[in-house]
Amino acid sequence: MGIVSPGFHGRRRQGDVKLPPGQYLTEDFPVLSAGPTPRVGTDEWEFAVTTETGERRGWTWQEFLELPAETPTVDIHCVTKWSKLGTTWTGVSLDTLLADVETTADYALARSYGGYTTNLPLQDLLDGQAWLAYRFGGEELAPEHGGPVRLLVPHLYFWKSAKWIRGLDLLTQDEPGFWETAGYHDYGDPWLEQRYQGD
Amino acid sequence: MARLAETRDETPTARTLVLDVPGWPGHLAGQHVDVRLTAEDGYSAQRSYSLAAPAAGARVELTVQNVPDGEVSPYLTGVFAAGDPVEVRGPVGGWFVWRPDDPAPVTLVAGGAGVAPLMAMVRARRVAGSRVPFRLVYSVRTPEERWYTGELRRPDPGVEVFPLYTRAAPDGWARPPGRLAKDDLAAWAWPPEFDPACFVCGPTGFVEAAADLLVALGNDPRRIRTERFGPSGG
Amino acid sequence: MAAEAGGGAGTGGAVAGGEAVVYEDTGAYQDGNALAGPLSEVFGVDVTLAAVRCTECGLAGPLPGLRVYAHAPGAVARCPGCEHVVLRLVIGEGTAWLDLRGTVGLRVPLA
Repeated sequence: MGIVSPGFHGRRRQGDVKLPPGQYLTEDFPVLSAGPTPRVGTDEWEFAVTTETGERRGWTWQEFLELPAETPTVDIHCVTKWSKLGTTWTGVSLDTLLADVETTADYALARSYGGYTTNLPLQDLLDGQAWLAYRFGGEELAPEHGGPVRLLVPHLYFWKSAKWIRGLDLLTQDEPGFWETAGYHDYGDPWLEQRYQGD
Repeated sequence: MARLAETRDETPTARTLVLDVPGWPGHLAGQHVDVRLTAEDGYSAQRSYSLAAPAAGARVELTVQNVPDGEVSPYLTGVFAAGDPVEVRGPVGGWFVWRPDDPAPVTLVAGGAGVAPLMAMVRARRVAGSRVPFRLVYSVRTPEERWYTGELRRPDPGVEVFPLYTRAAPDGWARPPGRLAKDDLAAWAWPPEFDPACFVCGPTGFVEAAADLLVALGNDPRRIRTERFGPSGG
Repeated sequence: MAAEAGGGAGTGGAVAGGEAVVYEDTGAYQDGNALAGPLSEVFGVDVTLAAVRCTECGLAGPLPGLRVYAHAPGAVARCPGCEHVVLRLVIGEGTAWLDLRGTVGLRVPLA
């Protein structure tokens, strides 16, 4: 630990709410970016699932909007230590998108416009745990927050909720993504504080 | 480890911190330090600040703009008191630096708080007794937001200062308020034929625009060095 | 090189993963200078004087000319010409991870 600066508290967790260890509560919605924001028009947007056998199932924007939508209210936890509680999204459950996909894969790699990737166990995307979200707080999802469509996997650190998602590769072997190949934890459970490799 | 020796308020929201850093190795004008604050429970936050003046022995200076909903700057400009310790790492950055043995004329372009490392160059010139001609174009929103007013109002011989206001200018100011434009730099920066060394510092958008204007006026891009402030979170 | 001077608005096409992507210039980046502190913790020398060459487009220039996106879980330095990721730096508790996949090398002046 460094030299303690007297009177410095920083942004730290509030005593009366239950947050994962090391997190502080924020009311605003910080924008994190590892690069410039891609502008993806809904006329060219497409989302595709590719299985381990190379089989591909794709949706255009229109086809995607015709799928049944859900409106989950969830808490989100960023590895840079902010948490935001009670966020409401509109999106399509991954259960719906993967319902007709034949696969024996155990892993998934999310791919985004702009080149970002992140890996997750496939089971973490199922059973009502993950969505492809296109609205936030009743509004269209803004590009800086991942619009037109982002992945939403609120039970893991928010870097797993890939912005600007365009595809999901289903894999029989785990393939680390953008941050996972640069020191971040492969799984990223905020309640176990799995920030870095080895945590 | 450093200790706060004294402070000077530059504006109601910006404060210069004079730090005692035992064993300070000295630094070049334009370099910065990383300041790390640690709370009693181990939580820490770090920010970079440009050194605003040459070292005087173990004494160094930085100027901190208070960002109201920031995390570090409200502490440094409000709570941090003389005698308090703070963790300082540096000096760092050997790129955005001016060396007194460089004879080329110098164009400095500052946007807001970006004046700090450029002020370090103006002061290093004075300390070195240099006669290299300097021009500082200093863009701020309003006259009240100018830093280092005393020194820059009566600059050293050979240093010319051109303030530029983007929102509100003093009464009778000839140039109407507005963003830095090509004409401003055509009038105030050294002509490209003089092959000046150009240093541009400020928020990302300002630096982008100013550097593009300098290139458009004919300056060699290799002679332009930039330091952008990102969204640090204060 | 254009990098030091900004070289345009940062918009325009870039090819990532095979598709053309139009980027918005969010102004969310800093110069490579911003990495001077963290990188000197890793190397012990000032590598911001180093020259890098992008593996994607071949643009060469000083490390400070890179565009650093630091408001993220780690720092990502991108080529000013093509936005390709040149280096990534993550500093964790007592460990640094440095990924230099996007440069063919570092030319470091020795004092």
